[in-house]
Amino acid sequence: MWNEEIECMSREDIFELQLKKLQATVKRAFDKIPFYNEKYTNANVFPEDIETLKNIEKLPFLTKDDLRACYPFGMFAVDRKEIIEVHSSSGTTGKPVVSGYTQKEIDNWGEIVARGLTMMGLDSDDIIQNTHGYGLFTGGFGVHYGAHRLGATIIPISTGQTRRQVEIMADFGSTCLIFTPSYGIYLGEVAKEEGIDFDELGLKAIGFGAEMWTAEMRDRIEETFKTKAYNIYGLTELMGPGIGMECCAQNGLHIAEDFFYPEIINPKTGIRLPEGSHGELVLTNLERESMPVIRFRTKDLTALHYDTCECGRTLARMERITGRSDDMLKVKGVAVFPSQIEKALLKVSNIEPHYQIIVTRPDIMDEIEIKVEASESLFSDDIKEMISVKRKIGEYIQNEIGIAVNVSLVAPKSIPRSTKGKIQRVIDKRNLH
Amino acid sequence: MYKITQLSIFLENKRGKLYRVLDLLAKNDINIRALFLADTTEFGILRLVVQDPIKAKEVLESNDYIVKNTPIIGAELDDTPGGLSSVLKILKDEGIDLEYLYAFTHEKSDSAILLLQAKDLDELIGILNAYKVPLVPAEEVYNL
Repeated sequence: MWNEEIECMSREDIFELQLKKLQATVKRAFDKIPFYNEKYTNANVFPEDIETLKNIEKLPFLTKDDLRACYPFGMFAVDRKEIIEVHSSSGTTGKPVVSGYTQKEIDNWGEIVARGLTMMGLDSDDIIQNTHGYGLFTGGFGVHYGAHRLGATIIPISTGQTRRQVEIMADFGSTCLIFTPSYGIYLGEVAKEEGIDFDELGLKAIGFGAEMWTAEMRDRIEETFKTKAYNIYGLTELMGPGIGMECCAQNGLHIAEDFFYPEIINPKTGIRLPEGSHGELVLTNLERESMPVIRFRTKDLTALHYDTCECGRTLARMERITGRSDDMLKVKGVAVFPSQIEKALLKVSNIEPHYQIIVTRPDIMDEIEIKVEASESLFSDDIKEMISVKRKIGEYIQNEIGIAVNVSLVAPKSIPRSTKGKIQRVIDKRNLH
Repeated sequence: MYKITQLSIFLENKRGKLYRVLDLLAKNDINIRALFLADTTEFGILRLVVQDPIKAKEVLESNDYIVKNTPIIGAELDDTPGGLSSVLKILKDEGIDLEYLYAFTHEKSDSAILLLQAKDLDELIGILNAYKVPLVPAEEVYNL
C-alpha cells in the first residue's frame, strides 16, 4: 500500500479529517473568490454554518456552467503566478472550463495516482506505457505525475501511432499499459496482428478510464492482454484521473477521500441519497488551494459504498459509471454535447439545423455519424459545392468536439420526429449501460 | 428568353427515392422534357426540365423536397454524327468551362437539344450566337 495511514484510516477519522478540510476549503472559497462569496451570500449560508459534514448540504451546487462563467481564471483563489500548469476540458457550449494547479497540487495529483498504481500492483520497478493524450486533456499528465511519484519508468507515448506502440511495448518490456477501453481493444487487435504473445510479454496490469465501459469490455481486455485491468476515474474540473482508482479486488474505485468528498444525489431533486443508492456523483475538493471546487455536479451516475474493502482499504468505493444525468456522450474518450454539434452547424448554415447524432461501435472503435437534413441554404445545384458543404460541416464539428465524424446529408424531414415534432438528438447504439 | 428554368432537386441515394419524385410529378400531370441525375454514394442532384416549372416546384416543395431554380440554356444540334462535338469544339476554343450538359431528342424535328450550364450563362449565349448555333427559346422547350 502506498499510504497505509490514509488508505486504511478508520471511517471516523476519515470523516473528522474531511470535516476539518471542508471547513477550511469553504472559508477559503468564500474569502478569496467573489463568485462563491456572492453565491453563498445569496443563499444565506456562510462558512461558519458548516459544523458537520452533513452541513455541506446547505451549500448550493456548482455546475459546469458556473465554472465556464468564470473562464478563464475567475475560480482561482491564488495569484495567477502561483499556478504552474493549466488544463482544460470541453464545455457544453462556448468556453471550456479551465483547471489550474500549483506545485503543491501537482504533487498531490502524483500522490493519489501513485496510490492507485500501487493498488494495481505496480511499484518503482515497473515500466508504464501511457497512451493517454498529453495536452490540455488531463489524462496523460495525471498518469505521468503518478508514475513519477511511484518512481516507475514512464513511456509518455500518447495516443495513436499504434504499430509503434506495439513495437515499443515489446522492445521496452512495458509492464503496464494505460488506455481508454476502446483504444485498448484496438491496440490489442494490432498487437495480435504483429504477432505479440501477451503470455510472453508479461504485463502486470492495465489501467483504463476516460470513457464508459461494460463488464464484457473488461473481460475482453483482460483476455487479450492476459492481465488484470483496473478502472481509473477522474475529471478535469476537480483535478484529473486519480479521483477514484480500483484495487486488486476490482470491486469499485477507491476515492481519495482525503482530497475529495463524494456525495450521491437524486439528479432531479438534488436531494442527497444514502449509501448504496444510485444517483449523480457530486464532488468537493478538500485540498485545492488554487481552485476550491465545492459540490460540483459531475453528472456521472454511480453509487457509493463505505464498507471495508477486501483489500483492507477503508476509503469509500464508487461503482463504475453507468450513465449520465445530462446529454453528454463520451465518444473515443472525448466528451461530446449535442449543443456543440448544433453550434458547429449554425456556423455553417446560419439556420436552425435538423440533425441527429448516431454513435456506434461496429467492432472496437467508437464511430460517430451526424445526420444533417439538407435545407434550402445548404443545397446547391453544384455537386462539388455540395461535397464541400459536407466536408465543411465535418470540419466545423471536428473543430468543436475534437474528433472526426461522418456527416451524412439526408432529405428534409427524413429524421423521425416524435408526435410533438421533436427529433431524438442522440442515438447511442453501443449498449454501454 | 433563352434561359430555361431547370429544377434542381436534392435526393438521397437510396432505393425508391427517384421513383417517389417522378411518381409525384406524374400524379400531378407534369410532363418531363429532360432529366439528368448527378450522384455521389450518399446523395444526388436530380435536374429536370418540365413543362410547367412553376407548378412542379410548388408540388415538390409542398412535399418537402428542396428545389432550386437553375437557369440553363438549350442549343439546337443536328441529330447527326458530329453534331455535339462541333459545339463542344467552339466552347473549348473559346475557353468556356461547362458545369454540366445533357441532351435529348424529340419527335418534332431531326434536331437534338443540348442543355448547357456554365458559370456565366450570358457569355455562353453570346458565344453561341456569334457562332450561329441556334438557341431554343425556353417556352419552346417547355412545350415540345
